Amino acid sequence: MLVYLRKRIISSLLPLVVVVVGVFALARLTGNPASLYLPLNATDQMRADFTARQGLDQPLLVQMADYFGGVLRLDFGESLRTGEPAAAMALRAFPATLQLAATTMVIAIVAAVLVGCWAALKPNGIADRISSFVSMAAASIPDFWLAIVGIWIFAITLGWLPTSGVSGGEAWILPIATLMLRPFGVLVQIVRGAMVSALSEPYIKLARSKGASDARVVSHHALRNAAAPALTVAGDLTVGLVNGAVVVETIFGWPGIGKLMIDSILQRDFAVLQAAVLITAIAIFVLNILIDLGYALLDARVRPTVKA
Amino acid sequence: MSTIDTASTPSPVLDVKGLSVTLRTPRGTVRAVNNVSFQAQAGKTLALLGESGCGKSMTAKAIAGLLDPVAEVEEGQMILDGQDLATMTARQRRKVAGPQLGIVFQDALTALNPVYKVGTQLGEAFRIHQKLSARQARSKAVELMQRVGIPEPESRVDAYPHQFSGGMRQRILIAMAVALNPSLLIADEPTTALDVTIQAQIMALLRSLREENNLAVVLITHDLAVVAEEADTVAVMYAGNVVETGTVAEVFANPRHPYTRGLLESVPVDAVRGSTLSSIPGNPPELHNVPSGCVYQSRCPLVQEVCRITRPELLPVRPASATAAPGVHHPGTVAQAAACHFSEELAHV
Repeated sequence: MLVYLRKRIISSLLPLVVVVVGVFALARLTGNPASLYLPLNATDQMRADFTARQGLDQPLLVQMADYFGGVLRLDFGESLRTGEPAAAMALRAFPATLQLAATTMVIAIVAAVLVGCWAALKPNGIADRISSFVSMAAASIPDFWLAIVGIWIFAITLGWLPTSGVSGGEAWILPIATLMLRPFGVLVQIVRGAMVSALSEPYIKLARSKGASDARVVSHHALRNAAAPALTVAGDLTVGLVNGAVVVETIFGWPGIGKLMIDSILQRDFAVLQAAVLITAIAIFVLNILIDLGYALLDARVRPTVKA
Repeated sequence: MSTIDTASTPSPVLDVKGLSVTLRTPRGTVRAVNNVSFQAQAGKTLALLGESGCGKSMTAKAIAGLLDPVAEVEEGQMILDGQDLATMTARQRRKVAGPQLGIVFQDALTALNPVYKVGTQLGEAFRIHQKLSARQARSKAVELMQRVGIPEPESRVDAYPHQFSGGMRQRILIAMAVALNPSLLIADEPTTALDVTIQAQIMALLRSLREENNLAVVLITHDLAVVAEEADTVAVMYAGNVVETGTVAEVFANPRHPYTRGLLESVPVDAVRGSTLSSIPGNPPELHNVPSGCVYQSRCPLVQEVCRITRPELLPVRPASATAAPGVHHPGTVAQAAACHFSEELAHV
């Protein structure tokens, strides 16, 4: 297991470097921060001074080498906006995203497993048709539209929920409801499909031949076999959320990593953007390793074998 | 034991009477099993013999209560230990599944659940029916593995199905079926997926379990050699119907239905290399258009006008040897019967 982990960590180093290089280069395409941070009537001399102070007059390769040198010393630079260390800002925003993503996914997975199993019990039955329609709709509605309509109905018209922010439990309801709909819709379809195929396997007949009840057949014999494909898709969907639910975080003013990224792009706050992307990339690699461990836990056939 | 009567004609463990199973298909409802009757006696093996699609597996699934949702028992009785399975509720059937009736499936690799240890799966019957703890069920699983001849059961009990060979997996399936000492064991092509040497071992295991536990075995197979070696009685099925039944000795020595005869003639005995093997021309009728007369008419070499009009019933035949009168037979055996208008003529062909 440790051998496996070491291999995974080493093999994810190169992609991480590629991500950082890519973001480093792309961020600089947005323009020179000098035009944002200096007054409109700033002289060319002031602009040149600012650019030189930020090291932005150096060739791109030199800037990159400096940056990587800093990363190795765990120095990610300072925010142009606030002067705070960029890493601290990213680390502060990340838990907000992680909490939102985790809560959303837990609710979406539990709901999708229940609905998916219910639908799979009688393919083409009434439950299957209803859940197919609902999940299709859930997976297809754009989240920004839903967020805005949600705010309009529940926050503005009815006044039940706050429009934005993180104050109190109520503030969680709209963002979670908005975010979970797509994962829920997609996962219902995946769980349903995987359950239908698992329930038609011969091992289900064997379980029934031992007198297992319907509930036991579904929850014990079929679900664990259907879990692997669901895990793959749930993992992908979680990656999407951890990546920063950029649009939804922006609409609801959720102080997460997605909002931080958007803000730092708009402000050409390169150091913060780079730190935010790096922390997200690391989180995604960790998540992928967790998913692999999940597979191994579910099914002995995919466990990495240690050669004697 | 109390009277001579019950001792001489023991009541069968399984008595199937007039079983019909219908199947809903996109092209309409068809009868996959039509008016099938047979009996299985304790300590004996009954073979259901026939080619693919003849309804033998469907019959087995109907008895085991494992029909797919598109199939349904239309009529008939399946009396197991005096209770009719056909009239039971799903809950009652679950109580029977395991303690009274075990089934061995054809392909052990797909029949075992890939994500659970074999010990967990072997112990499941005990957990469901006897409410044993996981620890107790595990030790029962070890015992079972010992009983079916799996080496090192103590360590193998925690292995997964894919870590066993095909023959060992089949042993595990058999162990599962006999876990709760049922009175009836249905073996649905138990050796088809195995190579020949392993086949012989598996059949020997089934035989010894049958003898030790006085099991009634219903053996589903398409293999004439297996029937000849393992079975006491045989029911030959064709297009959902039993066309001939009787003791294996009688039926194989003196087949009284042209289909049985055709099957037996297609076995190469002393075949010379290069000589043509005999086979039955044509294919079984599709279930959508089984002819109204005899089901075998399209392939029968002896077909007459009457065969196209009237379907022959399964009737006792006059024994070929003159030692016994028709209908009179040894206790516990089955009188030979055939569903053919010309079964008498066949005795002398």
